[in-house]
Amino acid sequence: MSEQTTFVPAQTRSAVWMRLLLWAVLIVFAIWFLLPAYVVVGTSLKELEEIRGGSLLSLPHELNFWAWKHAWSEACIGVTCTGLEPYFWNSVKMAIPAVTLSTLLGALTGYALTKWQFKGANMVFALILFGCFVPFQVVILPMAQTLGIIGITNTVYGLILVHSVYGLAFTTLFFRNYYVTIPDELVRAATIDGAGFFTIFRRIILPLSPPIIVVSVIWQFTQIWNDFLFGASFTTGGAQPIMVAMNNLVNTTTGVKQYNVDMAAALITAAPTIFVYIVAGRYFVRGLTAGSVKG
Amino acid sequence: MTRPPLKLTDRIARKLPQIVVAPSFTAILFFVYGFIIWTGYISLTKSKMLPNYNLIGFRPYERLFQMDRWSVALENLFVFGFLFIFTAIVIGCLLAILLDQKIRAEGFIRTIYLYPMAISFIITGTAWKWIMNPSLGLETVVRGWGWESFSFGWTNSETMAVYALVMAAVWQSAGFVMALFLSALRSVDQDIIKAASLDGASPWRIYLRIILPSMRPVFMSAVVILAHLAIKSFDLVVALTGGGPGYASTLPANFMYEMTFRRNEIGVGAASAMVMLATVAAIMVPYLYSELRGKKHV
Repeated sequence: MSEQTTFVPAQTRSAVWMRLLLWAVLIVFAIWFLLPAYVVVGTSLKELEEIRGGSLLSLPHELNFWAWKHAWSEACIGVTCTGLEPYFWNSVKMAIPAVTLSTLLGALTGYALTKWQFKGANMVFALILFGCFVPFQVVILPMAQTLGIIGITNTVYGLILVHSVYGLAFTTLFFRNYYVTIPDELVRAATIDGAGFFTIFRRIILPLSPPIIVVSVIWQFTQIWNDFLFGASFTTGGAQPIMVAMNNLVNTTTGVKQYNVDMAAALITAAPTIFVYIVAGRYFVRGLTAGSVKG
Repeated sequence: MTRPPLKLTDRIARKLPQIVVAPSFTAILFFVYGFIIWTGYISLTKSKMLPNYNLIGFRPYERLFQMDRWSVALENLFVFGFLFIFTAIVIGCLLAILLDQKIRAEGFIRTIYLYPMAISFIITGTAWKWIMNPSLGLETVVRGWGWESFSFGWTNSETMAVYALVMAAVWQSAGFVMALFLSALRSVDQDIIKAASLDGASPWRIYLRIILPSMRPVFMSAVVILAHLAIKSFDLVVALTGGGPGYASTLPANFMYEMTFRRNEIGVGAASAMVMLATVAAIMVPYLYSELRGKKHV
């Protein structure tokens, strides 16, 4: 061992050590990031006996999907024992229209603000942009009253409205920043040819938009699926989205605490957004950074 | 000679961009700015269980700042915010620099570091709460390995609960900071780096003197976004500590929710929301202003 190392010049030897250190740090962090995923999946596959008797980090003795089934269709949330299934569909029914609506409006607004620079367009954009950063605590009280006045409190429609409106600021930001990079000449040339506002949007702008549409859809879907504040504030009981129901399931304290069911419920609830992340991670990251570094 | 008046359809066509922007803009005006005014108004009234529109001046704010629960929430926000921002940036920056060293499998490692961003704070809180379970969690495992004094039941400790929040929040956001820094590192002008290394500068010096200083804007963005996340933090507290023990780890957002929906103190709840808004505005407005203005000069 010592014989060998003497043949390696000092420079490369320290480089090798640096390389090892670098990998060690990277791996330690990878373990830290993966620990919760490992624990959640592992616990969800164990039996309750095994959880109480064994170690948190041990592998399950066998693959037992009972907890998953139970969390999906039988577990009690408050006093109703339906599992997460109906709440899952609540979230789907809420997310699809809200994502579509906010993306469509965001695209049109972003297009009008960049390619048809009218007087005050920048001011309009600045006011919309600040909407991204308003802490929602400041709007939930009036929103609760407004939903009551319209008569859509505690319905999926109420949440669709809420998420469409507050997502609009982000989608407008995404599309506006994307359309700024499309040369104005394209639009000008088409105007000279007599094309109107919507024709240009359909024929020129939309065909260039798929990447940013994907970013917007993913961003909005993740935000809406993962929302807890609005769901908890504006819905109760059977109308709740899955994120609220999952939290209630975990905190329902009747009977024996079933950790495996809790973890299976967490897994089911997180599954759609994780799926999106795995399938379209590239766009996911782009949305995150587009929402922060403007331009 | 006067121009013939435009036909109605032409007039509409000309105004079309404004007409298209109008619904979105009106919605934002009403649901954001209108609601801010609404909440601001409520925060000056004696509203208890239901909104009451008789103004009583700043008394709800006085009551707010006399409440121990609120001062605890503010103090927690300060500690949580500072530690969260600082740690997330240090770890994110470190990971970005390490990943920038021509690592094989970089994409794979990046995927691992970033997946928490796809997960909601409720899930993160639930998972870490289980890991921090005093009798069945990591504490017992590590003690079993021989480290008898190891303590990780942070969520049940009045002093440690806030740090539990910091840890889970950093776990969730560090990968995002890494992604921000990594894309900035990759956009540093390679010629300058090449020139510096030809001049004999060590990689270490190049990092400290050239690359890191050029990342100041990204650094600013990261601080602002994380600060904004910290002030809005609500779900993580709900899922991880429930604000407890007692209200030891409550944050302003949780205070607002508690007052508004559970304690029939709508006036005080609205006042706390306005204080949160003012805090966010104090951070965001200068930042947005400089960002938007900077754009025009380019």
